[in-house]
Amino acid sequence: MIITWRELWTVIHGMGLGSLFFLVFSGILVTLWTLHPERVAAAEQRVRQLGIAIWATSVILWATVITGTYTVYIWYRAKPPAGADLTEFPRSYLLSHPDRAGWHNLGMEWKEHVAWLAPILVTAVAYIITRYGTKLVEEDKLRKAVVVLFSIAFFAATIAVVFGAFINKMAPIR
Amino acid sequence: MEQQKNLTNGRAVAAILAAGIGSMVLGLFTTLAEAIGPVKKVLNLYDPVGPLSGKTTFAVVAWLVAWILLGSLWRNKQIGFARVYIASLILIALGLIGTFPPFFQIFGH
Repeated sequence: MIITWRELWTVIHGMGLGSLFFLVFSGILVTLWTLHPERVAAAEQRVRQLGIAIWATSVILWATVITGTYTVYIWYRAKPPAGADLTEFPRSYLLSHPDRAGWHNLGMEWKEHVAWLAPILVTAVAYIITRYGTKLVEEDKLRKAVVVLFSIAFFAATIAVVFGAFINKMAPIR
Repeated sequence: MEQQKNLTNGRAVAAILAAGIGSMVLGLFTTLAEAIGPVKKVLNLYDPVGPLSGKTTFAVVAWLVAWILLGSLWRNKQIGFARVYIASLILIALGLIGTFPPFFQIFGH
């Protein structure tokens, strides 16, 4: 049972950090949505827990995009020397056949860019939750805006995670 | 708690609009890098990563600068929420469009 350093980083980036975001997302969204004056008896405690969860999510997302861009992506896009086995060079391997090229031209090109929107949006949400605390319970418009921003971040992260999983299946980093 | 009761919405609105600006800048640089060769070269801050290094770095810098400036400008102000929120959503939408390959690849050469 052997795992290479690159494979380990790919697992940390995708299955570790990416999956963590998915795990906490629904909990945060439900808590945000149910922060309503009639439904919340202990708003202060819930908002404090929400603040911790969302800052943790923000850190996870920054770690995901930074490790993705500055480690995994470098291995992904490495240029093969002449005559090299293309299966060792995922980008070139995908582009070498029209049936596979879409995984790079659509999948990777989309994933590598859109993923960066998620930490920017979630950090803004985290700041607002920390700054406004229990006032969010009364500020219906602001709370709903935060839910929308967080959902857009989820959409961006979902594209990145789903395409990441498929691309790593089609052309694994070794 | 007492401090939270008297909060104005300026800082929240600044955070939302800055996130919109950061998103839009990422979409803009992604499209510009595809359309204009020299821009792609300028964005190549770190060769192993390529232009993605510049696109994301400049987007993050634009987001942080916008946040600091708007945050200090609106720190104790009550801002018309709906107008700025809609503007932010439009900017985020532009960011999503600008980072969508079938869109930015139209400008490829």
